[in-house]
Amino acid sequence: MDLANFLIQTLNGVQYGLLLFMLAAGLTLIFGIMGVVNLAHGSFYMLGAYLAWSLSVQWGSLTLAIVGGLVLSVVFGLALEWLLFRHFYHRDHLDQVLLTFGLIYIFEELRSMVWGDDVHGVPIPDLLSASIPLTENLSYPVYRLFMSGVCVVLALALYGLISRTRLGMKIRAGAFNRDMTEALGINIKRIHAIVFAMGVGLAAVAGMIAAPISSVYPNMGSQVLIMCFVVVVIGGIGSVRGALISALLVGLVDTFGKVLLPQVSGMLVYALMAAVLLWKPEGLFKQ
Amino acid sequence: MSTKPESVLLSARGLTRRFGGLAAVNQVSLDLWRDRIHAVIGPNGAGKSTLTNLLSGDLPPSEGEVTLLGHAMTGSPAEAYSRRGLGRSYQKTNIFLPFTVWDNVRLAAQSRERHAPWNPLRWIQDASKSIAVNDRATRAIELSGLKNRRNTIAGTISHGEQRQLEIAMTLATEPQVLLLDEPLAGMGVAEAERMVDLLLRLKPHHAMMLVEHDMDAVFALADHLTVMVNGQVIASGSPEAVRTDRNVQAAYLGDGH
Amino acid sequence: MSTPQANLEHLPGSAKLLLGLGVVALAAFPWMGSDFYAQMLTRMMILAIFAMSLDLLQGVTGLVSLGHAAYFGLAGYVLAFVTPAGEPVGLWWTLPLAVGASALAALIIGFLVVRTHGIYFIMVTMAFAQMVFYLFFDNKALGGSDGLYINFRPTAGWLDLENKLVFYYFTLAVLVAVYFGLRRVLWSPLGRALTGIRVNEHRMRAMGYSTFGYKLTAFTLAGGLAGLAGYLWGAQSGFVNPELMGFHMSAHAIMMVILGGMGNFAGAIVGAFAFEYLLHLFKDLPTLSLGGSELRLGKHWQLWMGLFIVALVILAPRGILGLLQHLKARNGAVQGGADEHQA
Repeated sequence: MDLANFLIQTLNGVQYGLLLFMLAAGLTLIFGIMGVVNLAHGSFYMLGAYLAWSLSVQWGSLTLAIVGGLVLSVVFGLALEWLLFRHFYHRDHLDQVLLTFGLIYIFEELRSMVWGDDVHGVPIPDLLSASIPLTENLSYPVYRLFMSGVCVVLALALYGLISRTRLGMKIRAGAFNRDMTEALGINIKRIHAIVFAMGVGLAAVAGMIAAPISSVYPNMGSQVLIMCFVVVVIGGIGSVRGALISALLVGLVDTFGKVLLPQVSGMLVYALMAAVLLWKPEGLFKQ
Repeated sequence: MSTKPESVLLSARGLTRRFGGLAAVNQVSLDLWRDRIHAVIGPNGAGKSTLTNLLSGDLPPSEGEVTLLGHAMTGSPAEAYSRRGLGRSYQKTNIFLPFTVWDNVRLAAQSRERHAPWNPLRWIQDASKSIAVNDRATRAIELSGLKNRRNTIAGTISHGEQRQLEIAMTLATEPQVLLLDEPLAGMGVAEAERMVDLLLRLKPHHAMMLVEHDMDAVFALADHLTVMVNGQVIASGSPEAVRTDRNVQAAYLGDGH
Repeated sequence: MSTPQANLEHLPGSAKLLLGLGVVALAAFPWMGSDFYAQMLTRMMILAIFAMSLDLLQGVTGLVSLGHAAYFGLAGYVLAFVTPAGEPVGLWWTLPLAVGASALAALIIGFLVVRTHGIYFIMVTMAFAQMVFYLFFDNKALGGSDGLYINFRPTAGWLDLENKLVFYYFTLAVLVAVYFGLRRVLWSPLGRALTGIRVNEHRMRAMGYSTFGYKLTAFTLAGGLAGLAGYLWGAQSGFVNPELMGFHMSAHAIMMVILGGMGNFAGAIVGAFAFEYLLHLFKDLPTLSLGGSELRLGKHWQLWMGLFIVALVILAPRGILGLLQHLKARNGAVQGGADEHQA
């Protein structure tokens, strides 16, 4: 593999990894802080993608669609948390699994009823549709760099929020000791709602920016969910830093695997997970 | 009181356990002899529970060694300690709440059966018909005074009875070393007297370590006393010696003396 | 996260009677009902075996596996691999082979997975099952996304399994045998230990039980029994595809076990039948005419199923038997029944 190809695959791997991180960060935060496992997390990714498509068709602008879609997704997430999820924070994992199964069915069917079952493409905005030439024959799409850029910005924002702001401090306190935090007069319910909304928002944005590349199709949520689970398991539940490193690792292993070992590429990531579990059953960076 | 080396049943040397930068237990050594009760006392946060966890295998030490009945145990899991002959009761009642008292103790007694879980015989026998297990469980229940509560759900019996059940389960595994973490906690006067009585009856056959806050009971029961403060041993010896030790007085009574 | 509850392990006399009547009804059905429904019942019985295998893992031991279907589908595939295109194979060696393959897969995956706890366990069981799914889905040599056909049902000496009636009774016999076998395991030393692990694994270890070994045994045993069901499924339907090993199949199994009530195997049977029945019910919903447009309720069965599941987890999280147990307990408390032996 020559240098240009290597560079392309590395960039692809990092971009895929960063996208996975957006989903994994939400999942690991929601689990780490509220203790709830959400199998329907992939549905938020799907929601974002479908909103990006349908709103960009209606309003003619992908940028507007992303902004509008984000607002709608966050509102949806807050409603879901208030209506259902917050009553399940103390429940058995089995009950949470059951609840989120039911939600997967409901969301899939609603999606089918509202937007149909066809596959849709979302055009890349003109501004980002160029390619950067690397060699005579090879060039790299600007849009993919844009995707990575958005993910990096959001990752830094997340880091800044959690470690540098008072809200972040409250979030960390709530994860550490819920009762004490409440006793200090901090509104833990609002913290939970905010964390949930953040998780939903991150997943939806991921779906929105991925839509032009991956298209918009039924079941796109469940495929990415599995990868997301693998990332969280490898990284360690509750650790956002672990999720980032793990996501990049998974992204690179998967991308290079598809190129170098296509027959077993599908299984490579799971082999990686198995190896990590043998060494550290609770992930690399368990809190 | 025997001082032959073979009646040292459990021995710990230089036990240390760190959490991050903090040493919850720092260079603690002790021995447990058969027919002696060794009490460990100290203020809250002194590291007594951590020490108990280190001695039972619930926590691996950062440094130091544990020897149980002549076998080096450091780093072994809790189940290995139990099989070697160590039994431990918990400060926070750690029983099977939805089961009856009998089922709780029977399950503890069953642990002594030697067969592996993948042995198909273990899949088809009727567990309630094992004479050896039933005898073990019955003995433990009678010793701990719960005969009348056999068929009651453990979650519905009184707190004192749950502490008795805690002991019964520990005894049903027929240990030689007993680590008892605050067995008298939350008990009324009559119940506490019964428990002290039981502990004295157990003494000749076991090496016992007792973590307790009830000072009357401690001085009534203990042959040997270790005082811990901030993870370290500040005094260790006979109850009279410890009672008059100046370091101990300072730790408990403050600097104004 | 919440306190583990006692399962309804001792079935009350009324429940045993109903179960017995159910078996009699199943035995009598082929003489009274249509062939189509007999086929449906055969499938339900196979799924009941699958559900019971998961109950051992989930209801008794408390291990929530999101990947149990991997062992179900795998056995069906083994049958497909060993059955040539033109002739049947013998049951006497292919059944143990398929069940053994599923058990072996469960042993290997279990070894990696059982060391994890709680939410990790749930996630990794799902991940490994997806791995098995993609292994078959992506590889044409293993049938790919189209799956494989089993053109002939296995031969079993004097039992002609191609005869649907014979196959029906064979499946019923296996169902009853697995039920009684698992009830035996429930009251065996293994079963008692697994129940203890579900309620308080920490104390089990402190009492000297190697809980890793016990959990792995349960995982392997459950995997093997799932394989038994999968073998029958392949034999009956003549077709296997990766969906049999997929996430949705695993999810269905979990829902069947919960719907009926966990931990006593009777609930798993009830749940399997009830769930399949519900599925048919939702899919067969009529088409309403509203104003000028049609609303095909049956087409949107996933929505009804999803709403039902959400309602179930909110209103009756311990399933049908749990609901009955709850009502009975309330009656008992009202009537002053003390010391009722519930465990």
